[in-house]
Amino acid sequence: MQTLTQRLANPTRFMALSGAILPWLALIATAVTITGLVMGFRAPPDYQQGETVRIMFIHVPAAWLAMMGYAFVAMSSFGLLVFRHPLADVSAKAAAPIGAAFTFIALVTGSLWGKPMWGTYWVWDARLTSVLILFFLYLGLIALRASVDDEALGAKLVAVLALVGVTILPFIKISVEGLSIPSLGINIPGWNTLHQPSSVLRVGGPKIHSSILVPLLVSAVGFTLLFVTLHLKGMRNEILRRRLVALRLTEVERVRRREIEGAGQA
Amino acid sequence: MIDLGPHTRFIVVAYVLAAAVLAALIVWLYADGRRLAARLKELDERGVKRRSATRGGQTPSGAGGSNAA
Repeated sequence: MQTLTQRLANPTRFMALSGAILPWLALIATAVTITGLVMGFRAPPDYQQGETVRIMFIHVPAAWLAMMGYAFVAMSSFGLLVFRHPLADVSAKAAAPIGAAFTFIALVTGSLWGKPMWGTYWVWDARLTSVLILFFLYLGLIALRASVDDEALGAKLVAVLALVGVTILPFIKISVEGLSIPSLGINIPGWNTLHQPSSVLRVGGPKIHSSILVPLLVSAVGFTLLFVTLHLKGMRNEILRRRLVALRLTEVERVRRREIEGAGQA
Repeated sequence: MIDLGPHTRFIVVAYVLAAAVLAALIVWLYADGRRLAARLKELDERGVKRRSATRGGQTPSGAGGSNAA
């Protein structure tokens, strides 16, 4: 009995399955995202943030996906280096620009919220700086891959960098709240930061009123579906690109063989 | 029109920028897919086929993933 990941190791099967799913996924992702954002605009203004809370309906999901995207890249890299899954590098390569785009959205929307609420577009505190480093990491992965001509070597180098860079994820998470596990003797204090701690994913449940929490969660589901749709599309493109390269190589080989045979007969 | 108060500018710019980034990503992926599909079709019409396809498509290895390369 094959697992799903084993079954999807066959690119032809992956192309058939993803091709069938993609239009529906795109439709559902668009519908859920728009529903979430419309619900967000219908929600009452926040008692402290006022109308600027509307920015949170894109900022928070984008920030989650910035991290989830990197987790995708890291897991795919692990899949390449350890299991040599044929689609692992395809997945890692496709996720990087999408993750970078969501990180950029998180940074820009956060900055645009910061100006009216904090009085500044940017502060060099732990959360903002670590997310900026995450953005640079994404760019680094893309640039490194582009700079190595040997595709197989490039894939391995990028995978190693991606796994080294994964340390940024817990750093981003604990940069505000710190981490305290008394039973293990771990007590990392949170940095002094302007950024607020998590209001949704926290011990003791969310501390946001349902009028804002529900649109936020719907929007987050929509953004996640959007990410998955774009990722699938990116993976399909990458498979097509590799087919194209393989075909061209076959063609070059055939022409060369014909030339050699022609020279031998002459 | 919804009244977004004194910070309307920031809210509108945030939404417009996010939409622009997502739109650019979607257009890029879609255009890239179409371009690649067109080139593959062109090769196919010239009779250039994958080895797996010429063998009867039993063991497709078309992705030519980095490990297969």
